[in-house]
Amino acid sequence: MKMIMKSKEFRRKLYYGGSFVLIAIILTSVFAIYPIINSLVLSTTSGKGVVTEFVGLGNVKRILVDDVFKQALKNTFIYFVFQVPIMLTLALLLATLLNDRKLIGKGFYRTAIFLPCVTSLVAYSILFKSMFSVDGIVNQTLLFIGLIDQPISWLRDAFWAKVTVVLAITWRWTGYNMIFYLAGLQNISPSIYEAAEIDGASKVKQFFYITIPMLKPVILFTSIMSTIGTLQLFDEVVNLTGGGASSPSLQATITLTQYIYDLSFKYVPNFGYAATVSYVIVFFTAILAVMQFRVAGDDRG
Amino acid sequence: MIVAKVFKNIFKYGFLNIAAFVSIFPFAWMIIGATNSATDIMKGKYTFGTELIGNFQKLNEMIDLPLLFWNSTKIAVGGMVLQLLIASLAGYGFEIYRNKISEKVYGILLLTMMVPFAALMIPLFRMFAGAGMLDSHVGVIIPTLAMPFMIFFFRQNTKTFPNDLMYAARVDGLSEIQIFFRIYVPTMKATYAAAGILSFMTFWNSYLWPLIILQSERQKTLTLAISSLSSAYFPEYGVIMVAIIIATAPTLIVFFLLQKHFVAGMLGSIK
Repeated sequence: MKMIMKSKEFRRKLYYGGSFVLIAIILTSVFAIYPIINSLVLSTTSGKGVVTEFVGLGNVKRILVDDVFKQALKNTFIYFVFQVPIMLTLALLLATLLNDRKLIGKGFYRTAIFLPCVTSLVAYSILFKSMFSVDGIVNQTLLFIGLIDQPISWLRDAFWAKVTVVLAITWRWTGYNMIFYLAGLQNISPSIYEAAEIDGASKVKQFFYITIPMLKPVILFTSIMSTIGTLQLFDEVVNLTGGGASSPSLQATITLTQYIYDLSFKYVPNFGYAATVSYVIVFFTAILAVMQFRVAGDDRG
Repeated sequence: MIVAKVFKNIFKYGFLNIAAFVSIFPFAWMIIGATNSATDIMKGKYTFGTELIGNFQKLNEMIDLPLLFWNSTKIAVGGMVLQLLIASLAGYGFEIYRNKISEKVYGILLLTMMVPFAALMIPLFRMFAGAGMLDSHVGVIIPTLAMPFMIFFFRQNTKTFPNDLMYAARVDGLSEIQIFFRIYVPTMKATYAAAGILSFMTFWNSYLWPLIILQSERQKTLTLAISSLSSAYFPEYGVIMVAIIIATAPTLIVFFLLQKHFVAGMLGSIK
């Protein structure tokens, strides 16, 4: 009797649950799962436009000797290695300062620092482009206070263009990450800090021995999200420095997603090869996510 | 002791003030820039000018502003309404009727969240080209309607939906779908507000996918138009600033009016 009841309940749940999620499942299958598989199939073909042939692992071989690809991969990793830690450290620091009950003007600071999040990626990139032009406000200010004696070519120079991209992304996303940390900090009971205070632990010690360990899940979450974001960087670079595959001087900032876009839509499309490059992003996203879980899980056990 | 404290405060407030200044400055720059000519902006002029009306008129000559605004609104509002409906139905379904099979399906769904859009865009483009749906606004919104993050967001929030309400409604003879529309939706207004803001912003600001599938000038969005204005050899920055203000205004207004929901939507994922 119990068995029958159980299976009847199970079937009821399956029926209603299935009906409620049906549209989402169909859409996901057609617009996410099918494309992922299709992309994998495409990556074994090559050719310009509609004439394609099966090349097996030929595209993978081609990737290994493709200089633009290597440049794009390198750039993506430079953004990832420098930008993500700088931004997350800054966000954590700001969140810690803002979590202080006695802080004057807390609401103002929080709103101000969060404000960049309301801009679209395209809009803020263009704002930065205008500020970082050779005669622009940034160079003018730096010249005025004497930090530099010659204007910096923020958008064209291979090194400074990357710096500009890192600065811009940090401006846009620090407040976003800060909000996550603030929410996390509010879940830490003040009594823990009070106890540490009594034990004579300094503020710095409290930060490293209480705040960071307690925020670990949030830090993990934000670093995974930022990693995925950096690997998919497109809007900013296109609109800020314009970096594309078309000219060597613009390759300084090209990202993987941008290269895929160029391969697919800018010249005579080679979808097969572009799909192969896109799987590189899938591959690294997966690897980095697993790595971050490992790092965060290590000293918990 | 007191000296140390004063120094600490100077550092603390100094740091916060710099951070706040850097965060706000580009907004001020945008507003000041809208009143200046392109040449002045390129030279770093940081005081108000007299070009605002001129810039606005020029913008209207360069692009079809009402049409672009309408296209963006259509995509953002249409996309938001459909996404909220589909995602909340699914999030509710996964949580309320959870069973062994649905949990597995949900796991796969969450996994697709990790897949970068770059890996989907080529097959998607070919699919829409094959179906003759390039250059259509429906094509812009359809692929992201069942966004896994949204489903996740609704499922997490459904955990706070009181089961007693559901049981009471069943006793009253409401069908399962009636319970959803008559009890769940009104109860979860705050969740819908938070998700709606996030959804609207995502559609309003989307760039890469519209760039790929919208080809004719008549179908383009405001974001696409701004991007192409700025890629000119000599960008008309004053004019572009006016366009950016118009494109940023809706999200800025929503942010200030509904700040609580706005932040809740972004935080939704770590509840």
